[in-house]
Amino acid sequence: MNASLRRIGAVVLRYAYLHKRSLPRVFEIVFWPVMELLVWGFVSVYVRSLSADPAVRIAVFLIGAMIFWDILYRSQQGVSIAVIEDVWTQNIVNVLVSPLRIWEWLTATFIYGFLKTCVITAILWALAYGLYRFDLADAMGLYLVPLAANLFLFGWALGVFTSALVIRWGHAAEALIWGIPFLVQPLSAIYYPLSTLPEWLRPFALLLPSTHVFEGMREVLATGRMASASLWASFGMNLVAFAAASMVFRFLYGQAKNTGRLGRLGLD
Amino acid sequence: MSTDPALLVRVTGLSKTYGSTVALSGLDLTLQRGRILGLLGPNGAGKTTAIHILMGLLTPGSGQVRVLGMDPGRERHRIAERMNFASAYVQLPSNLKVYENLNVFAGLYGVRDARRKVEELLELFGVAELSGRLTGSLSSGEKTRVNLVKCLLNDPELLLLDEPTASLDPEMADHVRTTLRRIQRERGIGILYTSHNMPEVEELCDSIVFLHQGLKIAEGPPREVLARYGTRDLDELFIKIVRKEHGSAGGGS
Ligand SMILES: Nc1ncnc2c1ncn2[C@@H]1O[C@H](COP(=O)(O)OP(=O)(O)O)[C@@H](O)[C@H]1O
Ligand SMILES: [Mg+2]
Repeated sequence: MNASLRRIGAVVLRYAYLHKRSLPRVFEIVFWPVMELLVWGFVSVYVRSLSADPAVRIAVFLIGAMIFWDILYRSQQGVSIAVIEDVWTQNIVNVLVSPLRIWEWLTATFIYGFLKTCVITAILWALAYGLYRFDLADAMGLYLVPLAANLFLFGWALGVFTSALVIRWGHAAEALIWGIPFLVQPLSAIYYPLSTLPEWLRPFALLLPSTHVFEGMREVLATGRMASASLWASFGMNLVAFAAASMVFRFLYGQAKNTGRLGRLGLD
Repeated sequence: MSTDPALLVRVTGLSKTYGSTVALSGLDLTLQRGRILGLLGPNGAGKTTAIHILMGLLTPGSGQVRVLGMDPGRERHRIAERMNFASAYVQLPSNLKVYENLNVFAGLYGVRDARRKVEELLELFGVAELSGRLTGSLSSGEKTRVNLVKCLLNDPELLLLDEPTASLDPEMADHVRTTLRRIQRERGIGILYTSHNMPEVEELCDSIVFLHQGLKIAEGPPREVLARYGTRDLDELFIKIVRKEHGSAGGGS
C-alpha cells in the first residue's frame, strides 16, 4: 500500500512539475471557465432585468449550473488529458512498463484533475460573488458537498472511458476527449429543468447521474433543500457508470495489448 | 519449469502474429545473469515485438515466456520492479527538466534516497550538468544518456534496450557502449540488446540471436557465428543471410 502511494505521488508530482513552470498552461486552465462564467453571468443579469418577479430564479440557476458543469467537465478532462499528455510526449511506454499499476495511474490522474478543478471552482466562486453577488456556499449550503462529489465521480467515470478510447485509438481519439462530455450535456438538464425535455427522453436523462445533480441543485436553490433519494440515485448510477467505464477500459486495454497498439502509442 | 536463478530470460516456442503479419515464429531464447545478448536483424525482423512481450506490454500468440522466473502476462509489476527498459523511440517528457523526469521515475520505481541516486547516475554517464535543462532541449546523444540513467534507477537485474543507440553518431554510440559494458561488468546486469548495427553488436555482445522475418536464423557467440557462415564480420553475415532468404523465398509468398 505504501509503495502504491509513492507511485501515485510520483505521477501527481509529474503534473505538478508541468504546471510549475508553464504559465500558458495555468492561464489556459483558468481562461475558459472564467470566460464562460462571464457570459452566463451577464445572461443572468439580463434575464433578471426582464422580470421583476422574485420567484423567477432562473438567474441564479444559470450561474450555479455553469459552475457545476465546469466541475464535471474539468474532472473528466483531468483524467484524459493526463493520459494523452503521455501519448503526446511519447513517454507512455516508459510509464506502462514501470511498476505503476493501471488503477494507481488513473487514481493519480483523478487526484490531479481534482486539485485542478478545486482551484478553478474557487476562482469561479469568488468571481461569481464579486461580479454577480452569487454565493455558491451560501446558496447550496451543505448540499454542495454531496452534489459536487457526484459530479467529480461522474467526471472520473467519463475520464476513464475517454482514456480507454485514447489507449485504443491514440491521437485519433483526441477529438472524443473534448467531445464526449458534450454528449451528456443536453440530457443532463443543466441549464433548464428536466421537464423541458420531451417526455420520452426523460427516462433516459434520469439514467445519468448528472441529471439528478442538476435537478437537485435547482431544488436547493429554489427551496433550500432537496430529496436525499436523488442524491442516492445519483451516487448509485455513478457506481454503475464507473464500473462500466472500468470494464470498457479493461477491454480496450487488453485489445491494445493484443494488437500491439499499446507499445506503439504516440509513435503514429 | 526451470528455477535456475542465473536465468534471467527463458523463451520457448514464442510466436506472435499481427493480423496476417508473422512477427515471431517459434523463437527460443535464453539470457544468463551478467551476460549481454544481442537480438539482431533487419527492420521488421521482430526484435521490438520480442522485447514488448518480455515487458508484458504485448500478449504473446503462443509459446512460453519467463522473465526472472515469472510470467510477464501475470506478474508484470513484480518483474518491472527488477527490470528496466530504454529505446531510442521512447522519450521522457520533453516539457520537464531532466532531474524532474528522473525524480518522477525514481518515485515510480520506489527508489530510496532518489536525489543521491540520480546525481550518482548522471555523473556516471557524464551528464551531471544537464540536470536542470529541459529534456526537450537536449541533443539525441544527451537524451539517450538520460534515458539510460532512468534505466538504472532501480538497480535492475535485467535491462531491455531496444536500439538504444539508433539516433546517435558513431562517437557517441561508442561512448554509450563503453559505459554499458562497464556497468554490466561492475554490477553483473543481464542485458538484452536489439540492434541492426552489426559492428556494435559484435563489439558489445557475449552472444547473438539473429532474427529474420520472425525466424531465428543463427545464434551463438559472434565469433562462432561468423566462423560457421565463413564471413569476416557480422555486416557481411547480415547481407548474406538477408539476401539468401530473399533469394530462396523469391518465388513464394
Ligand atoms: N502493432 C502492429 N500491428 C501490425 N503489425 C505490426 C505491429 N507491430 C509490428 N508489426 C509488424 O511486425 C513485424 C515485426 O515488427 P517489429 O517487432 O517492430 O520489428 P523490428 O523491431 O525488428 O524492426 C513488422 O513486419 C512490423 O511491420
Ligand atoms: Mg524495432
